[in-house]
Amino acid sequence: MSGDPVAVQETASADGATLSGGLAKGAGSLAEQRIAVATQWQLMWWRFRKHKLAAAGTIVLALFYLVAAFADFFAYADPQDSDAQRSLIAPQTIHWFDEGRFAPYVYALKGTRDPMTFKRVYKPDPSTKIPITFFARGEPYKLFGIIPADRHVLGVEGADTGKSLFLMGTDTQGRDLWSRLMFATRTSMTIGLVSVALSLVLGVVLGGISGYFGGTIDSVIQRIIEILRSIPTIPLWMGLAAAVPSDWSVVQVYFAITIIISLIGWTELARVVRGRFISLKHEDFVMAAELVGCSKSRIIFRHMVPSFISHIIAATTLAIPAIIISETSLSFLGLGLRPPAISWGVLLQDAQNIQALVISPWLLIPSFAVIVAVLAFNFMGDGIRDAADPYL
Amino acid sequence: MVAYIVRRMLLAVLTVWAISILSFIIIHLPPGDYVTSYIASMSASGSAVSEGEAAALREQLGLDQPITVQYFKWMGLTLRGNFGMAMEWGRPVVDVIGDRLSLTIVISLAAIIFTWAVALPIGIYSAVYRYSFLDYVFTFVGFIGLAIPGFLLALIVMYVGFAWFGANVGGLFSPEFAEAPWSLAKAWDLTKHLPIPAIVLGVAGTAQLIRIMRSNLLDELRKPYVMTARARGLPEHRVILRYPVRVALNPFVSTIGYLLPYVVSGSIIVSLVLSLPTVGPLLLKALIAQDMFLAGTIVLLLGVLTVIGTFISDLLLMWIDPRIRLGRQ
Repeated sequence: MSGDPVAVQETASADGATLSGGLAKGAGSLAEQRIAVATQWQLMWWRFRKHKLAAAGTIVLALFYLVAAFADFFAYADPQDSDAQRSLIAPQTIHWFDEGRFAPYVYALKGTRDPMTFKRVYKPDPSTKIPITFFARGEPYKLFGIIPADRHVLGVEGADTGKSLFLMGTDTQGRDLWSRLMFATRTSMTIGLVSVALSLVLGVVLGGISGYFGGTIDSVIQRIIEILRSIPTIPLWMGLAAAVPSDWSVVQVYFAITIIISLIGWTELARVVRGRFISLKHEDFVMAAELVGCSKSRIIFRHMVPSFISHIIAATTLAIPAIIISETSLSFLGLGLRPPAISWGVLLQDAQNIQALVISPWLLIPSFAVIVAVLAFNFMGDGIRDAADPYL
Repeated sequence: MVAYIVRRMLLAVLTVWAISILSFIIIHLPPGDYVTSYIASMSASGSAVSEGEAAALREQLGLDQPITVQYFKWMGLTLRGNFGMAMEWGRPVVDVIGDRLSLTIVISLAAIIFTWAVALPIGIYSAVYRYSFLDYVFTFVGFIGLAIPGFLLALIVMYVGFAWFGANVGGLFSPEFAEAPWSLAKAWDLTKHLPIPAIVLGVAGTAQLIRIMRSNLLDELRKPYVMTARARGLPEHRVILRYPVRVALNPFVSTIGYLLPYVVSGSIIVSLVLSLPTVGPLLLKALIAQDMFLAGTIVLLLGVLTVIGTFISDLLLMWIDPRIRLGRQ
């Protein structure tokens, strides 16, 4: 895109009146022209880019979904490979330079038995350096379930990566936390999307009916929403989630949990959609369409929906963090996703025991992923919401 | 005014009814019925239940009848305060829940009081001194507060308490009071333990409430009557506190309606991390042991309490807001 539309919009909003000098005036009118012919989406995009936090949030989320899509690549070890011998190893530090050259390495770990507790403790052994390579070959996997591949983001030379590299340490069962976190990101970030898609369908249909038709059906749907919103959700979710049979497969539990969460989560989206329908119903362009004789579905989908779709996108984005928190909380309690499924909540189960946490604080690392993702979604949603009304 | 109260009351009754159905569904969702799990738990503890006893129990609970009849039977028992037996404990559900339920209420109320006490002044400050340094600080802290799920915050507080201060910040009572009967000393001990759970529970709600209060007050401050008050020479604190704040307070009060379910919800999971003697840990235990009568009752009672709380907040709103009191919506 040529020029800087953001600055352009600024000057244009000042109506060019404050501008002085022929050159600036010329730029002002040019800007006005661009504003005048810009599409709604262009205007929103310009407005959205001005929101710094929202832009930052979007970049962070893009990274998270990159990890979600290529979790097998970012994980360098098998997330399920447990070994009691390797339990609770502290995170390793990567040494980036070796004798002034860029040659990242980690120290090998040497296991010794603590003479007091007879527990195996691992200490870095400065005499053995294990060089780290990027895009190394390792465990074979199937990218997106179809493309065979064996490259991983990291690997070590001359040793088994899964047995010698622990960037974030290991959990109580000796599984590599970094690799588990990569797969957990995939589960937790997609559960938000799937669940919000379900809530969106329910919310748009019921909110749309409620707002467009009004009358009795509106009050019935509104009462249902009020009732659902006045029930404490976590106990309810716990009760429903506990009923998921224990012999269900990981995929079945995943969808059961998504459905349970979205069954209660649709109300906020329905409220937004209804509000939009009501405010648009009496707009001139809707009445014009009615007078011309458009069918109801044409009025709704061709005339009304495009003018508030941005609001729906904003509300949807803001609904995702709540869903992520719900899933994490349920799994943390052991009522949501269950091992062998890996999600942020499942990882945090290990952190439940406060004594264990004090000895091995790295078990709390997954919580940062939760917090950062939720913050990023909130910022992005705020940005979209502000940009949703570009004519304001 | 009467119409308003009646309307809210009807809605409350409707909500309680919906909650009762949901709780009933929760009780009946898992495979098997109460008697099968009762037999299982009895035989696990060594005492056998005969076929006849099982049949009698089934008949007494109406488990052989259609599901709608079962629902009404269960409701009938529940309304008379008979919630059945908590299997794992071998005691009536009421005995098991009793104290824990009141502590849940105490903690939820403490969290809401904290939320209000913090959100009100900060919200006013942030609106009056918009875009000031402190306003940005509060906005930032508020965002973080919103982004950290309650149980994570509890975990972090526990971790910091343990690792840095070597103290266990969990629990609601000191060990010597945990099993003691209620006394003034015990109540004081409870008060001393309340702040941490109340803060952990209240942070997210506080962040939201600050934003609501700030934007409400900003809208009011722009109105001409504020300028009129200033023009007439009222001192600034009076200009702000006496009129716009009062108007901005209305939506603030009405937020209890959604704050309460939120806080009660949060108290369940935060209690587990902070090991507070509320119904939270009990609910989780009951669900894991498939003691569905206990679990269903807890969900039901929590829901009903929330509805009552919301109803009280509606009455409060009516008292504060003359527009509602005088029958205008």
